Amino acid sequence: MFSKSSSRAAQVSYDAAETLRPGRPANSFAIDSSAGRPTATVPNPRREMLVSIGKHRIILQSLTFLATAYATVGSDIFKPTKFGGKYTVTLIPGDGVGAEVSESVKQIFKADNVPIEWEQVDVSGVETGNKHSEELFRESIASLKRNKLGLKGILHTPVERSGHQSFNVALRQELDIYASIVLIKNIPGYETRHKNVDLCIIRENTEGEYSGLEHQSVDGVVESLKIITRAKSERIAKFAFSFALANNRKKVTCIHKANIMKLADGLFRNTVKKVGEEFPSIETNDMIVDNASMQCVSRPQQFDVMVMPNLYGGILSNIGAGLVGGPGIVPGCNMGREVAVFEPGCRHVGLDIKGKDQANPTALILSGSMLLRHIGLDDHANRISKAVYDVIAEGKTRTRDMGGNASTHEFTRAILESMERQ
Amino acid sequence: MLAGRTFAPARQCLRQASRQSPVFRPAFTQAQSRTYAIASDDKVAKFKGTKHNDGKYAVTLIEGDGIGPEISQSVKDIFSAANVPIKWESVDVTPQLKDGKTVIPDEAIASVERNYVALKGPLATPVGKGHVSLNLTLRRTFNLFANVRPCKSIAGYKTPYDNVDTVLIRENTEGEYSGIEHVVVDGVVQSIKLITRDASERVLRFAYQYAMESGRNKVRAVHKATIMKMSDGLFLNTARDLSKEYPSVEFDAELLDNTCLKMVTDPVPYNDKVLVMPNLYGDILSDMCAGLIGGLGLTPSGNIGDECSIFEAVHGSAPDIAGKGLANPTALLLSSIMMLEHMGLREHAAKIQNAIFSVLAEGKTITGDLGGKAKTHEYADAVISRL
Repeated sequence: MFSKSSSRAAQVSYDAAETLRPGRPANSFAIDSSAGRPTATVPNPRREMLVSIGKHRIILQSLTFLATAYATVGSDIFKPTKFGGKYTVTLIPGDGVGAEVSESVKQIFKADNVPIEWEQVDVSGVETGNKHSEELFRESIASLKRNKLGLKGILHTPVERSGHQSFNVALRQELDIYASIVLIKNIPGYETRHKNVDLCIIRENTEGEYSGLEHQSVDGVVESLKIITRAKSERIAKFAFSFALANNRKKVTCIHKANIMKLADGLFRNTVKKVGEEFPSIETNDMIVDNASMQCVSRPQQFDVMVMPNLYGGILSNIGAGLVGGPGIVPGCNMGREVAVFEPGCRHVGLDIKGKDQANPTALILSGSMLLRHIGLDDHANRISKAVYDVIAEGKTRTRDMGGNASTHEFTRAILESMERQ
Repeated sequence: MLAGRTFAPARQCLRQASRQSPVFRPAFTQAQSRTYAIASDDKVAKFKGTKHNDGKYAVTLIEGDGIGPEISQSVKDIFSAANVPIKWESVDVTPQLKDGKTVIPDEAIASVERNYVALKGPLATPVGKGHVSLNLTLRRTFNLFANVRPCKSIAGYKTPYDNVDTVLIRENTEGEYSGIEHVVVDGVVQSIKLITRDASERVLRFAYQYAMESGRNKVRAVHKATIMKMSDGLFLNTARDLSKEYPSVEFDAELLDNTCLKMVTDPVPYNDKVLVMPNLYGDILSDMCAGLIGGLGLTPSGNIGDECSIFEAVHGSAPDIAGKGLANPTALLLSSIMMLEHMGLREHAAKIQNAIFSVLAEGKTITGDLGGKAKTHEYADAVISRL
């Protein structure tokens, strides 16, 4: 039903992209050049990684400058000024390993004299019997709305508790942080089954299967609604393409299941395709989600930027994390027009290893350094992430999930020492 | 009501499992054997077919499109060389539009209903004629409620993952694929995921039985009930309730996210479990598992229904190499082995399977997709020579 005309249009846009690419400047936004940022490809893989994570800030800001308010005039938009004082950032440690890993982040940030004041809210999704959690949740929302910036661990969602929505999902919907970015990239020195993985998952965060609309028609028959709207699909598609453009990425793959959900995923796919026509320098293609998962585990190198509805994002970011070494090392963030919340990309609570001093803080530290780049504190960000990569590459001090036997504390200390040596 | 209705068959299953285990234990001990054991006497979806006068079972064969006829020929050749008591009944399933609905020809339906079992090659759905996918039509026509997808590493074909041996059972009739969708206003679409207790119970019961028969004895339900509390919650609760009826099977549940993550990190811990899940998750994860062992060209699949069961190759019809003798018939062959096990012809199944694996392990006569140079018929001949 999505007729030939649309596929023909897409064909044209592919062709256009082919013909335009050589003559056209790679980046029509020219964000990178205007910001005068060093974006050249550096042969050393570790450097390259730092740079590529660093570059994210640019686009993130270009989409959120209205809110962050650090930018006063046009030219400052992409390079916010640092005003003598400190930034206030909401810190939600989360459940499970959250307390330990955020402690580690705090230590590291303090050691580097990062001008950030934490506003910590200890909201928890674990059922404790007191009604306090709802209040704390309101407080965390208020705090994030005030500060516009947050660093967050993952909140537990109990299966049993009915009528209560996941705090994680509620938070994203309340703040309208619609785009989740997960960076899946091999960490140099840490060998996994797959080499040269470098992909980026952009996931719609506010609708789709996570709409929370469900009802029981009669006993034993439940309907769960998946909502896809053109407006939100367009918004996430634009984000994905702008992101690809600003980060020198070449291809955006739309992940869908439009062969079965012809209307819902069909709308998503067609919207992405249409938005893609406005970005002729970027290659656009689409892939069915089951095939994408299969390709991910057999040939993940073919992917660049992937954009998808909510549930598929959850699935693929977990598959992706599995490719490069688990949830402990994958950073991520959630962007909206107003607020940016940085959290581990692969959202695992880690209740099983809570309080055992075994957790890997890498994901939260790297998310934290993405946050630093977001507010223009590149020096701090580079120092911190370089220290993390150095410690991992050295291979002596690694946490259990990476095959070592260091505790969270030992790993943190190793990072602190590495920072001092720099 | 649940318990009252179903307790008796459950007990029977238990008895059968203990009675039968010595019969097929030899199969487990063979190094390269895989057991797609499904058959038993009193159970969900047992095979009802009987031998004809000539001592053979009739099996409906849907050769399919593209490379379908070639790979079906390989199966036929190998089966006749192995003296499998089967006679094929080829049918054509070119879809027709009847009252605006896609239907398959009556003869094909009659044939499958008569024989209770069918083997199917890849089908291409005609584009642009308003046809629903043929696979979906077949599923609906014969009410094939469970899709069984075993994935096992093939010796001789190297992937980043070794020793994979997963079994995944997918609910096949409802969930996200209910097909209920509508445009609320322009630009706003609702798609309904439908979960019913009846359909969940049916597939879960099948999963428990499969677990007992295959000797895995662990069932794990994969869900996302943290977010979809009612729909996946219903599936999960039904699984929990049923687990009481199958005390010999260990039951646990896992969040979809964790399953994805852990399987990709290390699939080996899943080797002793049967995973069961709603439609979409099953679709995605079964293809992902296929990716772990090298793609859809090496994975069999069985669609189990109350009356009839259809075993099929899940890969595409590959029209670009059709007729050139380049196709790899392994997926269809492995599916046919699942079929033999479903029909209770375990010895033949084991014999053919060992032949296939030894050809693949040797790696001399393999097809182009596996990095070899052999033609489809050369591969089949190599298998026949090892029977």
